[in-house]
Amino acid sequence: MKLHEYQAKEVFARYGLPVQAGAVIDRPEAVRDLSVQYPVVVKAQVLVGGRGKAGGVKLAKTPVEAEAHARAILGMEIKGERVGRVLVVPAADIEAEYYLAFVTDRAARRVAGIASAAGGVEIETVARESPDKIARVDVDPCLGVPAFAARGLGRRLGLDGGVLDEFIRIATTLYRLYWEQDADLAEINPLARVASGGPGGGARLLCVDAKLVLDDNAGYRHPDRPPSEEMTPLEREAREHGLAYVELDGDIAVIGNGAGLVMSTLDLLAYVGGRAANFLDVGGGASEESMQTAIDLVQRKPRVRALFINIFGGITRTDDIARGIVARPPRVPASIRLTGTNEVEARRILSDAGIAAGTDPEEGARTAVALARGHNVDPAGGAAPSAGSSGPDGAGRPGSAGPGGPR
Amino acid sequence: MAVLVDRSTRLLVQGITGYQGAFHTKQSLDAGTAVVAGVTPGKGGARVHDVPVFDTVDEAVRATGADACVLFVPARFARDAALEAIAARLDPVVIITEGVPVHDAIEIVASARRQGVRLLGPNGPGVTTAGECRIGIMPWHLFTPGPVGVVSRSGTLTYEVVAALTRAGLGQSTAVGLGGDPVAGTSFVEALEWFGADPVTRAVVLIGEIGGSAEEEAARYIARSFGKPVVAYIAGRTAPPGKRMGHAGAVISGTEGTAEHKVGALEGAGVAVAELVSKVPELMRARL
Repeated sequence: MKLHEYQAKEVFARYGLPVQAGAVIDRPEAVRDLSVQYPVVVKAQVLVGGRGKAGGVKLAKTPVEAEAHARAILGMEIKGERVGRVLVVPAADIEAEYYLAFVTDRAARRVAGIASAAGGVEIETVARESPDKIARVDVDPCLGVPAFAARGLGRRLGLDGGVLDEFIRIATTLYRLYWEQDADLAEINPLARVASGGPGGGARLLCVDAKLVLDDNAGYRHPDRPPSEEMTPLEREAREHGLAYVELDGDIAVIGNGAGLVMSTLDLLAYVGGRAANFLDVGGGASEESMQTAIDLVQRKPRVRALFINIFGGITRTDDIARGIVARPPRVPASIRLTGTNEVEARRILSDAGIAAGTDPEEGARTAVALARGHNVDPAGGAAPSAGSSGPDGAGRPGSAGPGGPR
Repeated sequence: MAVLVDRSTRLLVQGITGYQGAFHTKQSLDAGTAVVAGVTPGKGGARVHDVPVFDTVDEAVRATGADACVLFVPARFARDAALEAIAARLDPVVIITEGVPVHDAIEIVASARRQGVRLLGPNGPGVTTAGECRIGIMPWHLFTPGPVGVVSRSGTLTYEVVAALTRAGLGQSTAVGLGGDPVAGTSFVEALEWFGADPVTRAVVLIGEIGGSAEEEAARYIARSFGKPVVAYIAGRTAPPGKRMGHAGAVISGTEGTAEHKVGALEGAGVAVAELVSKVPELMRARL
């Protein structure tokens, strides 16, 4: 999960990293009560990138100006995210901007330290346009970041003297923070060199921005983490039940087991002309109860017109899934595809409850699309061409799990 | 012998007394796999499906000669259990556990590399050599022995592909599950090296998904030095950018990790990329 800048700076401050004291406000008038030194910068607190270009970061010389900026920025939408809070911090007198980060390198399967003298812009742009300006150090997890490695990075940025010493302290501390907080990314961009305030009144370094992306799997080790703001209420509720739920914008709810199968199910729906409203990955080893929760959750999203359950049991036992479905019959018309571990038992449980289930995913997807369009279909036998002509008598055939079908 | 495991493999199950550990121990025994020992600290002396349980890996190995290990332990104990298996030089070490912290995975991978132990997972379905050995959670009845290797980041998609191959009369050598986490023990490139050296395997199905650059790296390796035909499938063609799609690793950020990019890289390396799982067998048949 991503933290807001002000949240990340709170963590940075705990580690003694140089961040400016600022204030977070959620209404413009609150500017009047702040005791900050002007000029200030008013910064939108959003999780998406590119807020500067979108007008979400403004300099103000007076409280009146700061309040006007706060009024303009609060409530603004940046890449679809509404700004609910702004951070007000003293403006820094910046001489140079650097970049410093520790990040989980998936390909190398270890941690990389990355630094650049071209800070203040997106590091991806620097990497693409002038890769020679990026210094990198691979971190041995047994050793962490020894001072010599940090010194090497600092020298590549052209630092020396007291500022280099300060950089070494910041880099080793940032790594310790990254590791102890179970971060996927701990980034300072820009790490600014400012004119005064350092030891002896000389130049010093300041974390003007702070970015932390934390590993959700390690949440249990960090009970003090703030709640994630990236998720919709339904996504958060699913997470609390140990389920992965993601909201999309179509009209077919999807339940599957395993992220790969779920993604492939979305692709399959699109291939046959449908669109997923959301998906819920019940994960490996889903229980009867988690299946019931899943069915409840996906149908609560507005405008869901059909449900597609696509299960291939491995560690997940399909009989558990079947019991969950029987205990919580879907409210919207459902197409069920189920195969794998304990499949015979699962089919018996479903058929005893009058619920049909197919084995072919493409047929299941076509059925789901037809159901979402309001057609009567036989879920086990594929979609009928149109409503009113699906069976010999023009009615839904027995075995449908949709409305009118046996429950 | 196919890759990693065969009928001579002697398997140790960590977490054998748990619900999943016990269930899949039975499934592996039924598949004819030599599950020789279980380990659950504090439960030494018990038996699960007649397999003796020990308190430590060391004791289990001394008593039974186990040489491979699978983990069904809860996420917060996975680091210690994996390090214990690696320290005992069990090979491969297969982590089924979902939700292992990424930093734990980094330490586990570093330890496995130092000891020269091959590691699969975390968050993977295991490895199955058709007709010979089942380690993990793959449904055994789907497999039929043959020349097609399968390597995948997704468990359930592995089953889909193996089932489709079997239905089409195309048998498999070994299916290797890499796991869906951002940091995994084995990359596509390493698995392809194993399949390249295996005389039984004549072609490989590679099942990838959005996020990361592992498929692109596989494409470069295939173009450079893989002599056997490869058919690929990439999940997540319709995934919106910025959304984490269930797997911690499956998220498109910026222009990186999109399905288009991966498909393009693979096709550029001469790999046939199937649009749907169901199209994998016909593409494979044309190349065998």
